[in-house]
Amino acid sequence: MDFVNFLIQLLNSVQYGLLLFMLAAGLTLIFGIMGVVNLAHGSFYMLGAYLAWSLAALTNSFTLAIILGTVLSVLFGLLLEWLLFRHFYKRDHLDQVLLTFGLIYIFEETRSILWGDDVQGVTIPAALSASIPLTETLSYPVYRLFMSGVCLLLALGLYLLISKTRLGMKIRAGAFNHEMTEALGVNVKLIHALVFAMGVGLATIAGMVAAPVSSVYPNMGSQVLIMCFVVVVIGGIGSVKGALIAAILVGLVDTFGKVLLPQVAGMLVYVLMAIVLLYKPEGLFKN
Amino acid sequence: MTTSSSRRMVLTRSAALVGAASSTLLIPAQSQAQTGKIRVGLMLPYSGAFAPLGVAIENGVRMAINEQGGKLGGREIEWFKVDDESDPSKGIENANKLVQRDKVDVLIGTVHSGVQMGIQRVARDSGVLSLIPNAGVHAATRSLCAPNVFRTSFSNSQPTLALGQTMVNKGHKRAVWITWKYAAGDEAFEGFKESYTKAGGTIIKELGLPFPNVEFQALLTEIAALKPDAVACFFAGPSGAKFMKDFAAAGLKGKIALYGSGFLTEGVLQAAGPAADGVMTTLHYSDSLDTPRNKKFRLEYAKTFKMQPDVYAVQGYDTGLLLIQGANAVNGDLSKKPDLYKAMQGAVIDSPRGKWTMSKTHNPIQDMYLRVVENGENKVIGVAAKALADPGTGCKMG
Repeated sequence: MDFVNFLIQLLNSVQYGLLLFMLAAGLTLIFGIMGVVNLAHGSFYMLGAYLAWSLAALTNSFTLAIILGTVLSVLFGLLLEWLLFRHFYKRDHLDQVLLTFGLIYIFEETRSILWGDDVQGVTIPAALSASIPLTETLSYPVYRLFMSGVCLLLALGLYLLISKTRLGMKIRAGAFNHEMTEALGVNVKLIHALVFAMGVGLATIAGMVAAPVSSVYPNMGSQVLIMCFVVVVIGGIGSVKGALIAAILVGLVDTFGKVLLPQVAGMLVYVLMAIVLLYKPEGLFKN
Repeated sequence: MTTSSSRRMVLTRSAALVGAASSTLLIPAQSQAQTGKIRVGLMLPYSGAFAPLGVAIENGVRMAINEQGGKLGGREIEWFKVDDESDPSKGIENANKLVQRDKVDVLIGTVHSGVQMGIQRVARDSGVLSLIPNAGVHAATRSLCAPNVFRTSFSNSQPTLALGQTMVNKGHKRAVWITWKYAAGDEAFEGFKESYTKAGGTIIKELGLPFPNVEFQALLTEIAALKPDAVACFFAGPSGAKFMKDFAAAGLKGKIALYGSGFLTEGVLQAAGPAADGVMTTLHYSDSLDTPRNKKFRLEYAKTFKMQPDVYAVQGYDTGLLLIQGANAVNGDLSKKPDLYKAMQGAVIDSPRGKWTMSKTHNPIQDMYLRVVENGENKVIGVAAKALADPGTGCKMG
């Protein structure tokens, strides 16, 4: 592999890693702060893709679809939290797994009724549809750079929110000691609802942004869910910083594994996870 | 003494009772086999990603039989349905539901190759007539072939066996192969390797990614660096659309020709949009096949089911046609197995895809069409291979 190709593959790795991070961030937050194992997280990714597809067709604008979709998904997250998840924070992980596993089926069936079972495509907005030629045969789609940009911005926003704002302080305090924080007059219930909605929002945005390059199809969430869990486990449960680093690591291993060691590419990511767990049983960054 | 003798009496009497009960149960069952309804079992995916394929296949089967008055060899039909969920771990269990619980005379299924292996095992153990309307797994008509198993679709290497010569004819002599690393991908590669190297082409690299991973970017970068004349691939379903879009977005479209097993462009052309234009594939059918037989079939299907038929509907339809030919030859008495199998083995199926016959290993001998994507349609531009048969390697039956 020559140097130019190496750089391009590096770019591919980071870009894939950032997309994984968008999904894993919500998963790790919900797990770390409320202690809920959410198997239905992949469904929010699918929801995002279908929202992007249907709203873009409705409004004729991809930007408008993303804004509308984000608002809808946050509202949907709040509703779900109020209706179901709120009652499961204190319960056994097995109960949570049953609830969220059941939700996957409900979401899939609802999707089938609302949007059908066909594969759909979302067109890339004209302003972002160009490609930048890198080598004689290869160009890099501008849209992929845009995706990475959105992911980076959101990662930065999340970091600032959690570590620099008053709300972030309350979130951290609530995760650290629920009763004490409540005793100090912080509305922990509201904080939980907000964190949950934020997690749903992030996964939905990831689905919406990825829709033009990944197509929109049934069951698309289950494919990414496993990779997300790997990222969360490697990064350390509850750690957003850990999720970011783990996601980039997984991106690197997956991309270079496919090119350099195609025979074992399928298991390299899991080997990485095993090695990390061997030396750091709680993941790279413990919360 | 009394206790032991009475115990023995209880045992013998109950044994006699069981014996009598089972024999009386057997008598009506036997007479039912000749005069009652034929029990047809459908084991297809009715949930999950393959659900539309299951529905299309069932529609096809029913349409073929309804065209003949809704009977098989003069006998009424009783239908049994099991959703196999495309879950290989439940393959044997689900097949047994139909074979043991429902006592079906014929089992039609399925789509997923892993599930098919479960059905194959049950079919070989029980001897039930098994018709495969889609799954292309080689073993079903090769090493594990059986007199009671017939396939009406394709073997995984059949479409790619037609690809090699076509590519070399177009002047594309250096190619990269790319697929998922799993059984169907490997079997498709076998067909491509065989036909392409025989035609004088060179495979400069074999690329693969774990199933069902769809992060193609790294491998597309690799393809751009290798600069082959053409890329040949096997992908199916939604991922096919993504592959074609990524291929175009990476700037490879127009510089490197893209070929594939026909499943690449089935059912996803609307999603793939202009990225699919010019992609060439080989398959045993195309929606746009311009023959009176196909047009009639498509019109009738659309009228009956209020949706457009696809290749899977055709395969289901042909399964129905094959079953009708077999059942008619034995006047509906499916227990006359040698005659039934002989009739099905020798059947000529007048399919919407064109006439085809059964190979010795019970896989279709059929034409493979060369298709090119134009305006969101698989346009047929010729026959890539005439009367193509699967080699049937390892089958000890024929």
